Amino acid sequence: MTTRLISTTAMLLALGASGAAAQELTLLVDNSADTVAIAEALTAAYTEQNPDVSFSIEVRPGGSEGDNIVKTRLATGEMTDVFLYNSGSLLQALRPDRTLVPINDIANFDQILDSFTQTVSDDQQNVYGVPAQTAMGGGMLYHVPTYEELGLEVPTNWDDFMANNAAIAEQTDKAPIIQTYQDTWTSQLLVLADYYNVQAEEPGFADAYTANEAKYASTPAAMEGFGRLQEAYESGYFNEDFGAANYDDGLRMVANGEGVHYPMLTFAIPAIQQNYPDKLDDVGFFAQPGDSSDENGLTVWMPAAYYIARGGDNIDIAKDFLNFVATTEGCDIITEAVGATGPYLIDGCTLPDSVPTSVADMMPYFQREGGTAPALEYLSPIKGPALEQLTVEVGSGIRDAQSAAELYDADVSKQARQLGLPNW
Amino acid sequence: MRAKSPYPYWFFLPAAVIFVGLFLVPTVASFYFSLTYWDPFEARFAGWDNYVQFFSEPFLVRGTLNTLMFAFVTSLLKTVLGLLLAVLLTSGMFAQGFLRSVVFFPVLVSTIGVGILFQELMHPTQGAINVGLEAIGIDGPGWLTNPSLALFSVALVDVWRGVGLATLIYIAGLSTIAPDYYEAARIDGATRWQLFWRVTVPLVRPATTTVVILSLIGGLRLFDLVWAMTRGGPGFSSDVLASVIYKQYQAGFWGLSTAGNVILFLLIALIVAPLAWWLNRKELDA
Repeated sequence: MTTRLISTTAMLLALGASGAAAQELTLLVDNSADTVAIAEALTAAYTEQNPDVSFSIEVRPGGSEGDNIVKTRLATGEMTDVFLYNSGSLLQALRPDRTLVPINDIANFDQILDSFTQTVSDDQQNVYGVPAQTAMGGGMLYHVPTYEELGLEVPTNWDDFMANNAAIAEQTDKAPIIQTYQDTWTSQLLVLADYYNVQAEEPGFADAYTANEAKYASTPAAMEGFGRLQEAYESGYFNEDFGAANYDDGLRMVANGEGVHYPMLTFAIPAIQQNYPDKLDDVGFFAQPGDSSDENGLTVWMPAAYYIARGGDNIDIAKDFLNFVATTEGCDIITEAVGATGPYLIDGCTLPDSVPTSVADMMPYFQREGGTAPALEYLSPIKGPALEQLTVEVGSGIRDAQSAAELYDADVSKQARQLGLPNW
Repeated sequence: MRAKSPYPYWFFLPAAVIFVGLFLVPTVASFYFSLTYWDPFEARFAGWDNYVQFFSEPFLVRGTLNTLMFAFVTSLLKTVLGLLLAVLLTSGMFAQGFLRSVVFFPVLVSTIGVGILFQELMHPTQGAINVGLEAIGIDGPGWLTNPSLALFSVALVDVWRGVGLATLIYIAGLSTIAPDYYEAARIDGATRWQLFWRVTVPLVRPATTTVVILSLIGGLRLFDLVWAMTRGGPGFSSDVLASVIYKQYQAGFWGLSTAGNVILFLLIALIVAPLAWWLNRKELDA
């Protein structure tokens, strides 16, 4: 009798203690200013509604250094409850079916657009992530006042684009095309953002490429991106210091009109907003033009997502937090934190009435049926790591397009073998 | 027969545990993992695939040649300049102690800091070097953006950074040469030139051996300076073995990069072991 009384009291005490104790959810995000601002805004709003849940946010470096931190922490069971990571091919390298918790059962699951869920799922239809930002476009950021001054029109095919460059080179001393090879990743855009044009001509390319049946070097449509980079270099349209300039220089040049076209992802918009707020509406955006104006559309990048690591103590709270992110309220909090950067991937989310010029320029592609296509890295798990060096070589005139494409085909085979894909 | 160690066996235990745990086990494990496709989640046996892949890596040949050229150029320059500076700085000149520390100072600065500093100085249009050259009417090259110049620019910076250590070793070497030799040679009518070639150079051979081997090993495994200044670029033109290996690791090809490290280990052993034997043998003959 006494023992029972004691144990019941102990249980009650334990229950009482756990009910009153604040739960702390840990969150790991990369160290860019935007993602930290978004994570802070979302977690603060969630804590306001759920006062017993508090958050501790950790930051990590981005890029491949960050990839290795995430992989190592997952493998050793040291991962935070919730973490931010890329969607698409990079996610597949984390072995989501073994390391992550599926979120198909959260209440707002159906609010997440299919175009996004298919980039964060495995082959069993388990979905793992909730988008942490808006979709992005890859194409040309351009200096609107220069276009107005010279009376140029936004080009919808490559020849018109090169004609605009010729006009800029002739009538101004601005650089028609900005390249920034100090940050090598920026050199890949002309190849990667050409994928809308590739799939328009070769609809089955992604699957054949994954199955080792199609190659860049032997597919004329896929070769065009490399060819366009070579053509741009040979025309002499780059800024003089393209080999030593970096990403921040590129943003400065396009915002101030020192250069006119900067092939880039629209994730650069918040950075322009932060560094050159009064120049934000001088920067416009258009999709990378292809051969024909009839098939003009935008190559789309999917944002990073929040994922839940397996083996954590707070999986239910973590799911509830992700459920909160997948609401229109979540979208509005993000807009408030970093401004409008593109279309949201949650059903019903809207953008404010006034958005930056570049965002307004991007939205019509999304509103048109067939106006967008995902970049190759969301359709195929293989992406070769040497692409950025190869595109620097093509863009610096060290190597020609054909040879670069052949080397890139050899490079991706390493990724395919690391992943153990069949037929490689 | 070997002399018996004066210490009891248990005395070696702490060092042995550290040696086995931190050096022997990882070395043996790396040989095994170089034969697998591995990531933190699993390891699949791959046979010799990683080695085949590494040797068919199109940029590897370039990286290997660059490594050898870099190691050769920098150790030659460090040896020659180090000896000349040491002779100058032991000549009893004005402010000798101060000048010695000036030469040694770059050795103390962080390599990454040196790399970032020179990356700024060597900027093709805004860098201090080319701005200075322009002022006297010379159109400076793209030190780090010209593919045929980039590796050479990094090598020059490495020499600037490392020559202080070579000088220090040579100063120590020179101070062990007894003044009697110079005196005897001078009595025999030797010129200054002959003194240098016939007395100084042969007698600092132990220092030369140390400088050559240290700078060769340093050059062969160089990574930080290349990474800070060019990341192997533009393209692959200043890639060295260590940066090629690091890029494989960054890309998540852990087995491939392990295989690359095994190859680098064997390459350094193959070059340095015979060289050390040869240089030391000469020393005994001399």
